Amino acid sequence: MIIAQNLTKKYGNQIVLNLERLEIPKGQSFGLVGNNGAGKTTFFSIILDLIRPTTGHILNHDVRVDTSEAWKPFTASFIDETFLIGYLTPEEYFYFIGELRNRNKADVDALLSKFNNFFNGEILEQKKYLRDLSKGNQKKAGIVASFIGNPEVVILDEPFANLDPTTQIRLKGIIKDLTDHSETTVLISSHDLIHITEVCERIVVLDKGEIVKDIQTSAETLRELERFFAT
Amino acid sequence: MDRNVKKITAYCNKYGLSRTNLPKRTPTGMFNYFIKLQWKSFFRSASLVKGLALKILMLFFGIYMMVSLVLAGSGLFFLLQKVFPDADPLRKLSELMPYWLLAELFIRYFMQKLPVMEVKPLLVLPIKKSTITHYILGRSGMSFYNFMGLFIFVPFSMVLLTQGYPAIKVGFWLLSVVFLILMVNYINFIINKSDRVFIILTVLLIALFVLEYFGILHTTGHIGTIFYAFYEYQLLFIIPLFLFVVAYIINYRFLRGRIFLDASLGEKAKEVIASDLTWTKHFGSIAPFLQLDLRMIWRNKRTKTQVFISLAMILYGLVFYTMGDFALTSSMMVFAGVFITGIFLANFGQFVPAWDSAYYSMLMSQNIPLRKYLESKARLISFSIVIMFLLSIPYVYFGWQALAINLSAAIYNLGVNIPVILLFGSLNKKRIDLDKSAFSNMQGTGAAQFLVIVPLLGLPVLIFGLFKFLVSFEVGLTVMAVLGLLGFVLRNKLLDIITELYRKKKYGMIAGFKEKNS
Repeated sequence: MIIAQNLTKKYGNQIVLNLERLEIPKGQSFGLVGNNGAGKTTFFSIILDLIRPTTGHILNHDVRVDTSEAWKPFTASFIDETFLIGYLTPEEYFYFIGELRNRNKADVDALLSKFNNFFNGEILEQKKYLRDLSKGNQKKAGIVASFIGNPEVVILDEPFANLDPTTQIRLKGIIKDLTDHSETTVLISSHDLIHITEVCERIVVLDKGEIVKDIQTSAETLRELERFFAT
Repeated sequence: MDRNVKKITAYCNKYGLSRTNLPKRTPTGMFNYFIKLQWKSFFRSASLVKGLALKILMLFFGIYMMVSLVLAGSGLFFLLQKVFPDADPLRKLSELMPYWLLAELFIRYFMQKLPVMEVKPLLVLPIKKSTITHYILGRSGMSFYNFMGLFIFVPFSMVLLTQGYPAIKVGFWLLSVVFLILMVNYINFIINKSDRVFIILTVLLIALFVLEYFGILHTTGHIGTIFYAFYEYQLLFIIPLFLFVVAYIINYRFLRGRIFLDASLGEKAKEVIASDLTWTKHFGSIAPFLQLDLRMIWRNKRTKTQVFISLAMILYGLVFYTMGDFALTSSMMVFAGVFITGIFLANFGQFVPAWDSAYYSMLMSQNIPLRKYLESKARLISFSIVIMFLLSIPYVYFGWQALAINLSAAIYNLGVNIPVILLFGSLNKKRIDLDKSAFSNMQGTGAAQFLVIVPLLGLPVLIFGLFKFLVSFEVGLTVMAVLGLLGFVLRNKLLDIITELYRKKKYGMIAGFKEKNS
C-alpha cells in the first residue's frame, strides 16, 4: 500500500504536483498518464525519495520514505537511463543489483533465464558495456533489473518508450504476469494509452500536477481517455 | 541553390543566429560562419556562466603559464651562454629542438584530440564535406598547443636580434620552427589513430637517449646540425613547410573519407575487458561496491589516467630530495611525504561521490546503505595510501628520516585525511562524465576542490612544523602519526557523522548531478 498525503511540489511559484490523497493498494497495477509536465516523473521521484516534496509525504508500506530507508529493500524502480551503470556489462549490472538485494549469481541467472524471450538475444553475452547498447536495449536491461529480488513495489517510468513493437508486446505480458500471479504493486507511467489500459487495473490522469481522472479500467476506458486527451 | 539557402535559414532560426550571418556560398564565407558558430558555442556554454570564479582562476593560471614561458624564452639565450660558454646558444638550442618537438608530441598525444564530434550537426546541412574537413583541420591549427612553443621561441628570437644576429636569418629560422610545430600538430593526429606508432616512437626515443647518455652515438650533435641549418641557409624552410603540408594532406585524405556517422564520427564500442574480481569477496559486505569502484577506475578514461598520474607522482619527491635546498628534516619534506602518499587520496577522493554522478539517483533509490558506500570508498583510498607508501620506500636512500617522514605522513593520511576528504565530498554537486580525459579536465571542480587542499596538505605541515620548532623532528613526526592513529580509532564515529551529512545533502546532489555541462 502506497499512500500520498497532502503531497505538493513547488518550484518557485509553480506548482508541479498537488495530490491531496492518493492510495495505491497492494498488488494493484497502477497506471499514470498525462501530458508532458503533468508531474508523473516528479511523483515517482518523490516516492523514491529522490526529490523532496514541498509539503506532505509518502507512506510506502507504512514507511515514511523521507525519514526512513526501510522501504528500499522491497521497492525497485527504473526511471531512466541514469539508473544504469554505463561501464558495466548487462550481466555485471544484474549481478551487482542482485548483490544489493541479497541474491547470489545463481538466483539472478535463474531470473534472467525467464527473460530470454524479452531480451531477444541482444542483452546477454554481448561483450558490450551498457553505455554502448542502443536506447531500447538499455531500457530492456533496466526493466529486468528492477525485477531482481522479488520486490513488492515496482516503479517503471515510461517503460514502453523506445522499445520495438515486439518487445512492447512482450513487456505487456510480463507486467500482466507480475500483477496477476503475485502481490506485487506495479506503478507505470506511459504516453501510450492503448498499452496502459491493457496492462493496468486502474488509471489516474494527471494534469498540471492534479488528479483529473481516477478510473478502474474497463472496456470503455480507452475511449474515455482518448476523448479526454483529444480536447 | 535557393533551397539550400532556405535550409540554412531554418537552421539559423533554430539556433538563433541572425539572418545577416547567413553564409555566402564561398569557401571563405563558410569559414567565417563556422568561426561564428565556434564563438557562440564557447560563450553560450552553460559552464562559462556557472563556474566563473573557476574560469578566472584558470585564466590566471593560463597567464602565469604564458608569462613563465615567455620569461623562459627570453632567458634561454643567456642560460645557454652560461652553461655552454664556448658554443653558439642558437646551435645548442638546435640540438635541444628535437627534444622539445618530441615532448610536444607527447603532451599532444595525451591531451589533444581532433574536434570531429562537433561537426555532426553540420553533416546534414548543404555544406561540402571537403569544407568541413578543412574546417576541422584548420581549427586544430589554431589550438593552444601550437602557441605553447611560440611563447618560448618568439622571445628567444627577439633576444637573438638584440644580440646582433641578422634579422632575415632569424626570421626564416622562426618560420621553420612554426612549420615544424604545425607539422607536429598534424603528425599527432596521424599517430593518435594507432597506439603502436606511439609505442614505437617512445621506444625509439628512450633508445636514442640511452645511446646518447652513454656516449655511444652522438645523435644530438647531428640533429643539431640539421636544425641549425635552418638558420644558416634560409631557403631550407621549404623542408618543414613541405613536411607540414604532407602531414596535412595525409590527415585530410584520411578524414575526408571518414566523415560519416559510422566511421570516425561514431563512437566506437569498446570490447569488454572481463576481469575476475571474486577476490574482493574477502572484504565482506563492501565487496560489491569495491568491485564497482575498481571497474569504474579501470574502464573509464578519466579515472584511469588519474591512477597513472598518481603513480607517476611518486617521483615528485625527487624534486625535493635532490634539490638540496631543504634539510632532510624540514617541513618541505613532510609536505612531500603527505603529497606522495596522499596523491590518489586527493585526486580520487575529492570527487567522491561525483564519480558516481551518472547513476547517483539509482544508487540512492537502491537497497544501499550509504554507510557501506562510503566505507568502500575509504577502503579503496586506504589501499592507495599503503601502495604509495610502499613505493616511496626507496627514498630511504636519502636517509632514514625520509622513510620516517613518509611513514608518519601515510598514517596521518589514513587516519585524518580520509575522513577530511570524504567530508569535503559532501559538498560535491557537480557532475562528472567519466569517459572524458583527465588532462585539463576541470569538470566537477568547484571551490571545494581548492579549499580542501588547505586542511589536506597545509594542516599536517603546520602541525609538524610547530612541534619540530617547539620540541624536535622526532616529536613532530610522532604527533602526526598519533593524530593519524586517533583518527583510525575514531573512524566509525567519523564515518557516521559523514554519512549523516551525505544523507542531508542527498537531494542537492541528485539534482546537481543531473545537470549536464556544469
